[in-house]
Amino acid sequence: MALTSDPPAAPLTKEPAAPATDLVVVPVRHPWRWVAVAATAVLLVQFAHGLVTNPGWEWDVFAAFFTTETVLKAVWVTLQLTFHGTALGFAIGIVVAFMRLSANPFLRSVAFGYIWAFRSIPLIVQLLFWFNLAYLYKELSVGIPFGPSFFSFDTMGLVGEMSAAVLGLALHQAAYAAEIVRGGVLAVDEGQLEAAASLGIPKLRQVRRIVLPQAMRSILPNAANEVISLFKGTSIVSVMAIGELFYQVQVVYGRNGRVVPLLMVATAWYILLTTALSVVQHYVERHYAKGSTR
Amino acid sequence: MSSATTVEKTPAGTTAKVEIRAVHKNFGPLHVLRGIDLDVRAGEVTVVLGPSGSGKSTLLRTINHLEKVDGGTVSVDGVLVGYRRSGNKLYELREREILKQRTRIGFVFQNFHLFPHLTVLENVVEAPVSALKRPRKEAEAAARRLLERVGLADKAESYPKQLSGGQQQRVAIARALALEPGLLLFDEPTSALDPELVGEVLDVIKDLAATGTTMIVVTHEIGFAREVADTVVFMDEGRIVEQGPPADVLDSPRHERTRAFLSKVL
Ligand SMILES: Nc1ncnc2c1ncn2[C@@H]1O[C@H](COP(=O)(O)OP(=O)(O)OP(=O)(O)O)[C@@H](O)[C@H]1O
Ligand SMILES: [Mg+2]
Repeated sequence: MALTSDPPAAPLTKEPAAPATDLVVVPVRHPWRWVAVAATAVLLVQFAHGLVTNPGWEWDVFAAFFTTETVLKAVWVTLQLTFHGTALGFAIGIVVAFMRLSANPFLRSVAFGYIWAFRSIPLIVQLLFWFNLAYLYKELSVGIPFGPSFFSFDTMGLVGEMSAAVLGLALHQAAYAAEIVRGGVLAVDEGQLEAAASLGIPKLRQVRRIVLPQAMRSILPNAANEVISLFKGTSIVSVMAIGELFYQVQVVYGRNGRVVPLLMVATAWYILLTTALSVVQHYVERHYAKGSTR
Repeated sequence: MSSATTVEKTPAGTTAKVEIRAVHKNFGPLHVLRGIDLDVRAGEVTVVLGPSGSGKSTLLRTINHLEKVDGGTVSVDGVLVGYRRSGNKLYELREREILKQRTRIGFVFQNFHLFPHLTVLENVVEAPVSALKRPRKEAEAAARRLLERVGLADKAESYPKQLSGGQQQRVAIARALALEPGLLLFDEPTSALDPELVGEVLDVIKDLAATGTTMIVVTHEIGFAREVADTVVFMDEGRIVEQGPPADVLDSPRHERTRAFLSKVL
């Protein structure tokens, strides 16, 4: 018996060869995606509905307090804490970053120690230390180290509540800022430094004109994160009874018992100002993106 | 060599001679330069050839003190680079003084290293303004003339990323020229370029050679060496194996290693 196993002739469905330009593309369909969209949409609408109809939100109370003088003043204090904390924090941070990048092992170690210490201590603990500074050092004096002093200040007078808070926030911020700046500087191509050095450009100018503007590209997104997190972090200062936004809101709902709408007042301000910061970030980043294709 | 005790000033725009004496350089256990002696006369073009890793870049970088030597001396126009000599002692110069010395020495890198966040014009103007304290207006006018000379007058306001490799390298050359250096160092200026862009950069360098600026060029372009070089130097394993006029070194090399190298690149 002959074992021939020819494959059965495949049904030849000869289609007329259409020219490539006439071919129609049929996109893949994603039915489950539509189910997910529908489910999410229902949840969102329910949430929005709740926001409007649930009397617990007390939107009238929210509206009454959103722009009262107490709240506006508190917003201003929060902004001041953020601004000064950021400015001082990054100023110190830049110095610490360059100390860590320095060729001198002593400076490097001090910078490392600083970052290590201030990243290890919880902000709230540190703030309480600063607040109690007067207890540790009754007076600060300016003079020859370990020698006679020229001036001295009463610590409590010098380090008021607000300054203690700014100092605490800034020193904490500086440790993070230092690492961010250092990372940015390290990300600049070494060839840039060589080119600048080979052109005889003075050292400080190399840093200001060549290195920092390029480092800014990688510093900015991280720095913006830090500023925003500091901005919200100022609420921690409420433990020191400073009249920033969160503290003031607590005071008000302590008096009138309207906790939820007042928390919403604070929330709305935090969201509003964070949004403003993000817009600023966008434009600053665009400025430093000059000459780049990304 | 004059035993200068002060940093002499050579007027800008004049061309410089180079004397390299017994230069040694180590990178950790690696002995990269093993006693280099080289004289480059003012206004001459020296082309340095040699296999990869032979120390060509390192030698070039010691000339403007981007690399510190471990032994020997380099002087440009009789002035020690990186040191001040007093009697038998060499005193290291401060960074500020070294930076000042470098304004007399132009360096062109293989990968251009233009400042990407500055326009072409700002790239060229930066060093004259900040290192030589030229008035900006004056420096810009000079920069525009230089850009015209390298054929890029219309690119002054562009950013480096918007230019081709060949154009970027020509900007880098203009940037080096803006200091009116007496000496120009080129480290494989065309190695990072697409073949069709090599010519435009070599043409600019040839023009410069004709103006009588002292130049030391590391390159693998043998044709360029033959055409432009006054002296060809062949390096291998941290030593200068042979040197002489291009006709001698390229056409009738005396050393086996030179011959082996040339047979590979030609
Ligand atoms: N910064 C450095 N640290 C350690 N080793 C280095 C350093 N720079 C160069 N070297 C080594 O020194 C040797 C010579 O390097 P160099 O760059 O001078 O060679 P080259 O002749 O320019 O080579 P190429 O033609 O590949 O550019 C190489 O072995 C290289 O690995
Ligand atoms: Mg090299």
